[in-house]
Amino acid sequence: MTALNGSILTWILLVPLAGAVLVALLPERAKLPNWIALLTTLVTFGLTLHLPAHFVAGQAGFQFVVNRLWIDSPAIFYHVGVDGLSLWLVVLTGLLAPVGVVASWNAIRERRKIFFSLFLVQQTAMFGVFVSLDLMLYYGFWELSLVPMAILIAMYGRGNGPRAALKFFLFTFIPSAPLLVAILWLYARTGSFDFTTLRILIAHGNFSASALSWAALAFLFAFAVKVPVFPLHGWVADTFSEAPVALAMVVAGKLGLYSMLRFHIGLFPVQAQAVAPVLVGLAVVGVLYGACMALAQRDFWRLMAFAALSLLSFITLGIYGLTSTGWDGAVYQILNHGVVDGALFLLLGLLYDRYATSRIDDYGGLAARLPRLATFFVFSTLAMIGLPMLNGFVGEFMILSSTFVGVSRGWAIAATLGVILGACYMLWMVQRLFFGPECVLASGKPAEDLRFGQMAILWPLATLMLVMGIAPSLWLSTIERGVVPPHPAVTGEAGGAIPSPIPLPISSPGEGQR
Amino acid sequence: MNSVPDIFRILPEVVLTFTGVLVMLIDATLPPAWKRRPLGWVAALGTTFALWASLWQFSLPEGTGFFATVESSDFTVFFHVLICGIVLVALLLSLDTLPEDSHHQGEYYALMVFGAVGMCLLTGAVELLLVFIALEISSISTYVLAGYRKQTARGPEAAIKYFLLGSFATAFLLYGIALVFGATGTTEIYEIARLAPTAENHALLVAALGLMLVGILFKVSAAPFHLWTPDVYEGAPSPVVALMSTAPKAAAFALLLRVVYEMLPTLRSFWEPLLWAVAVLSMTVGNLAALRQKNVKRMLAYSSIAHAGYLLAAFAGLGTTGIAAASFYTAAYAAMNVGIFAVVTLAGGYDEKLSLIEDFRGLIYRSPLLGLLMIFFLVSLVGIPFTGGFFGKFYSFTAAIEGGAVWLAIIGLLNSGLAAAYYLRLGLAVAQPAEEPVPAGEASRPYVGVAVGAALLFAVVATLVLGILPGDVLHAAQSGGYTLEAPAAQTTLLRHCLQPRP
Repeated sequence: MTALNGSILTWILLVPLAGAVLVALLPERAKLPNWIALLTTLVTFGLTLHLPAHFVAGQAGFQFVVNRLWIDSPAIFYHVGVDGLSLWLVVLTGLLAPVGVVASWNAIRERRKIFFSLFLVQQTAMFGVFVSLDLMLYYGFWELSLVPMAILIAMYGRGNGPRAALKFFLFTFIPSAPLLVAILWLYARTGSFDFTTLRILIAHGNFSASALSWAALAFLFAFAVKVPVFPLHGWVADTFSEAPVALAMVVAGKLGLYSMLRFHIGLFPVQAQAVAPVLVGLAVVGVLYGACMALAQRDFWRLMAFAALSLLSFITLGIYGLTSTGWDGAVYQILNHGVVDGALFLLLGLLYDRYATSRIDDYGGLAARLPRLATFFVFSTLAMIGLPMLNGFVGEFMILSSTFVGVSRGWAIAATLGVILGACYMLWMVQRLFFGPECVLASGKPAEDLRFGQMAILWPLATLMLVMGIAPSLWLSTIERGVVPPHPAVTGEAGGAIPSPIPLPISSPGEGQR
Repeated sequence: MNSVPDIFRILPEVVLTFTGVLVMLIDATLPPAWKRRPLGWVAALGTTFALWASLWQFSLPEGTGFFATVESSDFTVFFHVLICGIVLVALLLSLDTLPEDSHHQGEYYALMVFGAVGMCLLTGAVELLLVFIALEISSISTYVLAGYRKQTARGPEAAIKYFLLGSFATAFLLYGIALVFGATGTTEIYEIARLAPTAENHALLVAALGLMLVGILFKVSAAPFHLWTPDVYEGAPSPVVALMSTAPKAAAFALLLRVVYEMLPTLRSFWEPLLWAVAVLSMTVGNLAALRQKNVKRMLAYSSIAHAGYLLAAFAGLGTTGIAAASFYTAAYAAMNVGIFAVVTLAGGYDEKLSLIEDFRGLIYRSPLLGLLMIFFLVSLVGIPFTGGFFGKFYSFTAAIEGGAVWLAIIGLLNSGLAAAYYLRLGLAVAQPAEEPVPAGEASRPYVGVAVGAALLFAVVATLVLGILPGDVLHAAQSGGYTLEAPAAQTTLLRHCLQPRP
């Protein structure tokens, strides 16, 4: 199996693409596109599992690296690799793909060929973002990820798809123009798009400080819209309420957060430190604002959108606290968010398919009719709001404690308030959906609880929430080695050319919750 | 020096001319009742031969022929292949979309081929009078083709508008040529390049360049000489627009490259800011106007103005980088623009039942193939990576940044963000379910025949190759750039040793 090490990432990128072509070429007979898509995503997930199995935990730098010349002028390399930071994100993407297929199994009724082939292209694009180490390659996948998403939102939107798609696309596409200029500017100054090379060159400081901070800002801006960070969240609510379930669960968050860690803090540590206080402030505002807005929503997609804003701002807080515990917690929380959101969106999607409404007021008392669905929903909700022993708790704890100790007590306390509000809106939604008097909708339709296929997806997710809550060190041991290196002063790559701009780790990460 | 027979220097043009004449002769001798469609195949076959002939010219040593009026070099081969490719695709496209009973089919195909002769000759000419003749050959064919839909009011309007404004612009070019002759005493481009630095009447030369630029910028429909574009594109038949929005522009850009980089590089301080301004103006005006359009062809016309602007950004690049970027962009732009007009033609049919953006709503449901292709080409026009449009913009703006025009690149990229809005509007309309289901009648499923299928395949493959493996094309463009950049020096000097001028 180790023979695969040199090509595994290429396979992970190619298999979904091949699946997409296959889906597009074969006829749309019965559920054929669904099965091919499911098979492709399962194979891809299997391939992604190869990574943690063969990842050498103690080794610094990137692993499974492929570095080949793609275009010689300008020098763009097909340079891919993973480290502790991206490793689990790749696996998470692999895991969520079959979840997405199952979530779309019955929801997508027409033009399934187009849906599943674009869905698979989207997978390739996301994998590409996580594994690219060449800025141009990265930018390519970053942009590519927008296209299938926008088309699918437009085609399968619930009411006003095209408008939401346009908003989504422009919100993410326009900020990537400055990003591209910044990348090209770096290339013009250094002659390289390579992440590791650039990191060293920037750390050695042969750039004018003001130009570099503009470049850093261009990077940050593009990522902040994608996350989203507080005042740039205009696209989220519409996108969540229109996007098909399989895409809503991946549209926000991990791409932007990962990019912040890797390409903003990783490339521009000094500039990141300068803007960090602003981002910490915005993140806390986002946590509270998102939570308050979520409390006020009457539509569960919009509620989830603002919940996502709140939770993602929370992760942003962990990232821009610039402590290594915060980073570990942030990465861990991205994983948690992916798993929990995957389950919640799948379940909400089922409700929406069955009852064709997302108004919370129309529901009520479903728990008696759909006991299994309700159980999974409550379980995922508890994981999301950070019940100890479940996964949400670990990440939240790490982020909050690092903020409290390493950044500012005031912000930490304010963010904790957000956690409490989070419990309020989620539990209130659970109460309104599943408990109370039985609604007209539920009594009007035959009860049909979860089927085998859905259970087969939800059980592993629920188990994962539990395991990730009990034994976080399984993941954190690789994450923490991966997250520290982005800063050159720590690995010594900069050769001590600049003094360490970031406080050293405040405590050994992973200790806090044992 | 002249070991290569002169005729080989213009082999593609010769092949094309023979094809055109052959098509016309067959057309005249066929009984009137017979179908004219096979004539299109003859023309397509001849264009393919011309394409091969161009590729074969690679094996020739670079040099000039016919008393140093025509050149064949890597630069000319690049553009010859490009132009022949575009004309081939346009012919294939016309084969399946021209109605069987339409008049003058033979002339239609012949005119396309004759247009190609002019465009090819334009890229190879190194003598300003030949440049002028070549430009006229290509222009007159396109004037006629633009008005080919005589039964509509828009067709003749388009042709007349194009003809009047076009001849006016050509007059500017001719006037410029006359002034160049006045300033340097010659019309040979290499000679002018040699004499220009020492020319006594510098002001005259600047004026000459200015006038020539007006003429050429009109042909590439750059703002502020763009006003004819939307009307003409709207009135002309779609397959013709596929041709005339790409091939004559490619030829005109080749001429522009030759004039500024080869003939008058010494006046860079004059033409660079001028082209900078024209580039910014073109992209901004083009995009802002396109945002307001409801008609698809008009929108694409304004988008082509914006693309001319992106392309002109490459002229801020120095030497080979700039030339290579501009050449690459013409190829990338041609691939995707021909593609999208092909889709528009097929979706709407020859009589263009679909003209507004709203009419394209739900195309992907009526014909998944056309819908996806439309979105694909739009994605490329937006400039998403892994398509030709991305690398076109990429090289163009990289060249600009290397040439020091960072602001030009920023304006360009913000413009391409703006452009995404209207491309997306069309793309989303295509992806959106139609309000009322279209009756399963004739319009419901556009017919995609062999010829058109080949044309679409050609455009898709070209767009993808330029987006995923741009290396080879870029190298070709670069070696073209070298011949333009360094050039003149060796060939001219050598020639002057051998044939002293009176």
